[in-house]
Amino acid sequence: MAIIVVDVMLKPEILDPQGNAVASALPRLGFTFANSVRQGKRFEIEIDGEPTPAQLAEVEKAAEVLLSNPVIETYVVRVEK
Amino acid sequence: MRIGVITFPGTLDDRDAARAVNVGGAEAVALWHADADLKKVDAVILPGGFSYGDYLRCGAISRFAPVMKLVIEAAGKGMPVLGICNGFQVLCESHLLPGALTRNSDLHFLCRDQEIEITNNTTAWTTSFAEGERITIPLKNGEGSFQCDDQTLARLENEGRVIARYVGVNPNGSRNLIAGITNERGNVVGLMPHPEHAIDPLTGPSAQGLGFFTSILNAMVK
Amino acid sequence: MSLDTVAIAQSTPENKQPFAELGLKPDEYARIKEILGRRPTSSELAMYSVMWSEHCSYKSSKVHLKQFGDKAPISDALLVGIGENAGVVDVGQGYAVTFKIESHNHPSFVEPYQGAATGIGGIVRDILTMGARPIAVMDPLRFGPANAPDTRRVLPGIVAGIGGYGNCLGLPNIGGEIVFDETYAGNPLVNALCVGVMKHSDIKLAKAAGAGNLVVLFGAKTGGDGIGGVSVLASETFGAGGSTKRPSVQVGDPFVEKILIECSLEIFAEDLVVGIQDLGGAGLSCATSELASGGSGGMKVALDKVPLRDPSLSPEEILMSESQERMCAIVEPQKLQRFLEICKKWDVTVTAIGEVTDGERLEITWNGEVIVDVPPRTVAHEGPVYNRPLAQPAYIDEVNKQKITLPILNSASDIKAAVLKLAGAPNLADKSWVTSQYDKYVQGNTIQSQPDDSGMVRIDESTHLGVAISTDANANWSYLNPYQGAKLALAEAARNIATAGARPLAVTNCLNFGSPEDPGVMWQFAETVRGLADGCLEMGLPVTGGNVSFYNQTGPVAILPTPVIGVLGVIQDVRTRTPMSFNVAGLDLYLLGDTYEDFAGSEWAFLNGERVGQTPTADLAREIRLIELLLEGHADGLFKAAHDLSQGGLSAGLTEMVLRYFVGATITLGNVGIELLSESPGRVVVAVNAGTSQALSQLATKYSITLSKLGTTGGDSLIINDCIIPLSELRTAHTSTFPTLFG
Repeated sequence: MAIIVVDVMLKPEILDPQGNAVASALPRLGFTFANSVRQGKRFEIEIDGEPTPAQLAEVEKAAEVLLSNPVIETYVVRVEK
Repeated sequence: MRIGVITFPGTLDDRDAARAVNVGGAEAVALWHADADLKKVDAVILPGGFSYGDYLRCGAISRFAPVMKLVIEAAGKGMPVLGICNGFQVLCESHLLPGALTRNSDLHFLCRDQEIEITNNTTAWTTSFAEGERITIPLKNGEGSFQCDDQTLARLENEGRVIARYVGVNPNGSRNLIAGITNERGNVVGLMPHPEHAIDPLTGPSAQGLGFFTSILNAMVK
Repeated sequence: MSLDTVAIAQSTPENKQPFAELGLKPDEYARIKEILGRRPTSSELAMYSVMWSEHCSYKSSKVHLKQFGDKAPISDALLVGIGENAGVVDVGQGYAVTFKIESHNHPSFVEPYQGAATGIGGIVRDILTMGARPIAVMDPLRFGPANAPDTRRVLPGIVAGIGGYGNCLGLPNIGGEIVFDETYAGNPLVNALCVGVMKHSDIKLAKAAGAGNLVVLFGAKTGGDGIGGVSVLASETFGAGGSTKRPSVQVGDPFVEKILIECSLEIFAEDLVVGIQDLGGAGLSCATSELASGGSGGMKVALDKVPLRDPSLSPEEILMSESQERMCAIVEPQKLQRFLEICKKWDVTVTAIGEVTDGERLEITWNGEVIVDVPPRTVAHEGPVYNRPLAQPAYIDEVNKQKITLPILNSASDIKAAVLKLAGAPNLADKSWVTSQYDKYVQGNTIQSQPDDSGMVRIDESTHLGVAISTDANANWSYLNPYQGAKLALAEAARNIATAGARPLAVTNCLNFGSPEDPGVMWQFAETVRGLADGCLEMGLPVTGGNVSFYNQTGPVAILPTPVIGVLGVIQDVRTRTPMSFNVAGLDLYLLGDTYEDFAGSEWAFLNGERVGQTPTADLAREIRLIELLLEGHADGLFKAAHDLSQGGLSAGLTEMVLRYFVGATITLGNVGIELLSESPGRVVVAVNAGTSQALSQLATKYSITLSKLGTTGGDSLIINDCIIPLSELRTAHTSTFPTLFG
């Protein structure tokens, strides 16, 4: 069994209202470390056995058409050990 | 008596809650999230809306507002606090009430006239109702599904702390059809539907929500 | 890229510039050079290109739209007319109401959620800019076929976007339309209406007056959102290579907009601004040039002071950025301190970026170097004007001469099948699946909302004064006869106001069409504007403003001409409004108006695949008499219910009435097929107490409106002659369509 992780983030040039709200809340609580915050989504997809290149390509496709909105988001597919 | 109505950035139903307080016979006092005192109010309402845009989690950022520190302290000393919708979410995030409100089970924002049953008429906010009384008031939220662990649920049920339940349908997937709960002491109440939008049949489905705002007068007289 | 300044432009007249890529024609580019006496800088080119786009300049529609002024009826109600961000109407008791519809069609196809969301954001800022508190929104929507796969992508996204943004602003959504037709596949229409209220003295205008006053930018920081969105997106049809023209999508932040609304209203309440403009399409290019044009013309702006979300933006990009939730105010220097304090209270970013000057030039600098030096009126108001060729398209004669053939209802089972089919047809089915995703209660003043004939909100809690609004379009009629289609839509919207007892006062519109470069489309547009202007003159209703959306077409196929007409009315006491249906048995039901064999453009014809024939002819004199009848009957307390008949005719009207409070009716009709399904305009079903039919009859005689008895209310079925339809069965047909289609 393996877990394929898909991280979906808004493209850097796209406004992230949620991230902004978190970024401005942090210093109010005394956390001053952040220059900026961006919030994304993480999908964990469980499969049987080790993923084959073909399966990963399929996940890539799914990430492009379903898990992300390519108009405003990017995604990264990786395998969690 | 004076009832504070808190406005956080992004609060929407503050004017409506103030109107309901006044119609109920008390005096509504506007409180600002950054206020450093509670202006001698006898009770506090956290109204509905999307404070801080509901970003991160509903109520998660408001919970740290300066005024909330005072509300948490006062609630601990017995001051009646009513959180409606987003206010309920803030109370859960503040740990004044257990559990959490999560995304509606069908994933849509839902605005409908909802029948609920008052299952505990002994709290500061529900004495105007008969136990088991059914009322119809608006429900409008995207994240109104009440969730908690089994142990908490058992405690809420055993201690009679579920104050209102949905009737007919489960509109958002809440456990045990829970529409509202109270704390051990019965002074802090969280309610997902909106009684402040049911104070006049002209602008709401009924006037049956007014009971929450008259109950608090009873609580003070006692 | 190095900075292109005015000095460089003067010394390098030969430099090639990408005007064509920015959507400018060679003669338009030549004209810019003539205005400036040199080549434009790249920043000036950006400004002109975006402001001279169809979307901002109305260059194809202007010659026609001026009819709204030329034919304007005399009206005391209009306080601010066409040309400002939105028109303002006097509704009495010192209150002024402003309302407007805008389209956000193309962006909503590209990214349904954000496209629809930012459409709401834009129209709400237009209303706020007038000095008004926004009090309600409405959304007329049109989609491809209900069962088309792309509709399943676009519709839920758009609905969620409208809800996600509007709900978060605390604006009740009080109505709209949802219509399906195959021509909208690939061209969904997202029209958004907002209404706001203020006192007369609070009206604000977009003008930069008073040399030395400051130009203050407040709200969200500027990013690369929708750069070129206005000119490129709204001016080019999506072709095969569309993706390369896709600009980055504008993302809305409703929380920031809500804060901006409250912050602005607090600023207005303390009278801290001389003029104000929101930043929407064309962003700072539009706001600075329009504000300057509204004053004497002189303004200096230091563009490098604009707070940026993305520091890599070039000056050209900053000028064109369509980042949402921004406003630009003109503030007297001594009031700046207080202005800044209020912004700080609301955590709103605010920066003084320039000042009003004595001259007549808009001068923009970047780190001290002049990059724009233009007469602002040439950017904002003196763009190109086209009198585009127009010609009646060939299809008109073809469809008008054809006779419509429809199945005839012969038996009780035919009647039942027809009523149920119409009740469940996507265009007529219950829309709760959509409207339950919108907050209709917030602000606590909503008196009527979907599915009522109009939306109605109270504007004064102590006097009970209220306003009602309806938006209507029948694109099938406009397709067959755009002149009549516009008049009929106007009449319907006005009637939808009057059924509740509100008096129609003013008109706004959103005119959605295909490409203006197609002479046939241009003819449809010209006929529509002529019809609407004539209709408004005849009905005495001023047009307060509007919006034109062209290029709604895929390849050679344009959408049906879709003029969405909004009418606003006033009701003195909302407590007296006539509801759209009855909740008791034993009332008499009557039909006001005449029924003819009007099937062309009807829903029944649409369901049977027919789009031919001749539309009814609008009889606006009769419509006015009907409205006066409704208002007098309302004042007398005669009506227990009143409901307009439009799409789906009497069949749909009765379905909506009996299902509203689940009280049935028994109806007797003569020629059932025609009386049940015809869509003759100017008809209203009213319910009255059994003892008051005499008074109704006198009223009908007084206003020369045909009155016919339909039947009585009561029971748990809709009974039409010998056909019995249990309400539960009718409700299932009416309410299951949307959940089945969209989950």
